Amino acid sequence: MRNFTYLQPENLKQAAKALEKNEAMVMGGGTDLLDLLKMDIAAPEQVLNLKSAGDAELRTIEEKDDKLRIGGLVTLAELAADDRLRRSYTVLQEAAAAAATPQLRNAGTLGGNLCQRPRCWYFRDPEFSCLRKGGDTCFAIDGRNKFHCVVGGGPCYIVHPSDTAVALLALGAEVRVRKGGKTRSVPIGEFFVLPEVDPQRETILGDGEFVVGVEVPAPGRDTRSSYTKFKFREGWDFAVVSVALVMDKAGGIVRGGTVALGGVAPVPWLDAGGSAALAGIGGQDRRLDAFAGALLAGAEPMTENEFKVPLTRNLAKRALVELLDR
Amino acid sequence: MPTRDKPVDPGRRTFIKTLGVGVAGATAVGAMGPEADAEESPALPAGTQILDLTVNGKRHRLHVESRTTLAELLRDELGFTGTKVACNRGMCGTCTVLLDGLAVYSCHTLALDAHGKQVLTVEGLMKGEELHPLQQAFVDHDGLQCGYCTPGQVMAAEALLRENPEPSRADIEAGMAGNLCRCGAYPKIIESIESMKGGR
Ligand SMILES: Cc1cc2nc3c(=O)[nH]c(=O)nc-3n(C[C@H](O)[C@H](O)[C@H](O)COP(=O)(O)OP(=O)(O)OC[C@H]3O[C@@H](n4cnc5c(N)ncnc54)[C@H](O)[C@@H]3O)c2cc1C
Ligand code: SF4
Ligand code: FES
Ligand code: FES
Repeated sequence: MRNFTYLQPENLKQAAKALEKNEAMVMGGGTDLLDLLKMDIAAPEQVLNLKSAGDAELRTIEEKDDKLRIGGLVTLAELAADDRLRRSYTVLQEAAAAAATPQLRNAGTLGGNLCQRPRCWYFRDPEFSCLRKGGDTCFAIDGRNKFHCVVGGGPCYIVHPSDTAVALLALGAEVRVRKGGKTRSVPIGEFFVLPEVDPQRETILGDGEFVVGVEVPAPGRDTRSSYTKFKFREGWDFAVVSVALVMDKAGGIVRGGTVALGGVAPVPWLDAGGSAALAGIGGQDRRLDAFAGALLAGAEPMTENEFKVPLTRNLAKRALVELLDR
Repeated sequence: MPTRDKPVDPGRRTFIKTLGVGVAGATAVGAMGPEADAEESPALPAGTQILDLTVNGKRHRLHVESRTTLAELLRDELGFTGTKVACNRGMCGTCTVLLDGLAVYSCHTLALDAHGKQVLTVEGLMKGEELHPLQQAFVDHDGLQCGYCTPGQVMAAEALLRENPEPSRADIEAGMAGNLCRCGAYPKIIESIESMKGGR
């Protein structure tokens, strides 16, 4: 790892100022950033330790005005252990609990989870200068692409690795982005960037901008939600595919809902077809195959990842059946 | 396993060696004045800071490069070689230590992020020459084969048991998911931890 200057702001104001002045990279838990530094994929002169900022805004989970505000430094372990989340924002609690390992959840922050870089093995290997790193080729197209995307790809074919982002997308969350003295809210669906827009970055964050937290609208009383993640091994793994399901249920019948998918696209994927097919299911009506078939419309699998389409559909069916009974 | 009744204090030696002339910058650690940026930091070489931390109950003050990981600090500077490094990429768990009571991968934590905190390594579990009951449980139940992953397994198990003294088998599997064992001693590791239930 190359050495760097470690900036340690005392508060958000200093952090924002320092980020406007310097080309520093932000560090939360460092569980992803340290990997990028060790592998020489990022080599910043300066790293800004957001954890040194003492502001409560960054560290608390607060219910206010029909919204849940979560600070960007809240760890995945804290999200997974929170009773308010377990009760009303189950999909987010389950997504945080399903991510990484106990040690990484103790260190990894929500802000870092949303802003982590992709896991594409060509991207992570310093030997490959691919499109996302400023080169002119995507090695996954003719190479090994078992874990790459099936929708939304081109000219780069990563999948977005974050578990919590998929849950937050299904919940209709907003990301709080700060630059200098100003903070704005960005709907999470607009926070992530498709490679066709810019293959070199995953989020809209520009120079000096960083995430201070998220805001999640409070779900209704009849809302139920879940996060279902498929991994290749039980210990720990990124989602091969995952399904975040948020739906309103009355008398055992789904009134409406949202399906967001992980592991299928370069961004957390809001599945419009699947979401629309949810209403009316329940009771005698078990149009599960119609629901599953509506998912991933327009999917174009690569040479090695066709399996993701039926896997996602079956996983979503399972998620729906389980949630109907909750 | 080498043990230390009263750990020597290599930290002090390092402190003297590396800090040399006084601690002019000490008060500035963790602080960045309102207008300060990197270049204006006090009289420390760029890319280094002073670190105060407590390891196994003993305070240390050192002068470290920003890029130093906690594992490097523990092993190379402070001589706590019980902490092992295998992957050095946050993927295997051999380097697990407790930071303010929480299990973390020391290879994937900056040493400077331990500033003002308590670090517990496997050496800190021992009482003199006496193994900690959890270590003894690993011995009694054959919770190891080559032993390379064991310090990390023990520290992860310690964190798990502190949080949940009566873990179910599923709790143990989930709590130990961040620790790989290339020898595949998993069933015996779980058995070792299960034997600790109610016995603390
Ligand atoms: C072995 C392993 C397994 C993992 N498994 C999973 C998994 O299953 N699911 C999953 O979702 N993730 C997983 N991760 C990825 C990651 O470590 C975690 O998601 C973690 O939450 C990242 O948070 P962090 O605070 O450590 O991020 P950092 O490493 O601190 O930062 C990650 C990136 O985000 C930027 N950043 C951090 N905070 C901010 C901010 N507030 N504003 C703007 N930019 C910011 C950094 O500059 C950096 O580029 C895994 C990582 C490892 C090493
Ligand atoms: S999928 Fe994206 S990150 Fe991976 S090799 Fe292609 S361009 Fe690079
Ligand atoms: S050596 Fe730290 S996790 Fe593998
Ligand atoms: S005992 Fe050999 S790696 Fe676990």
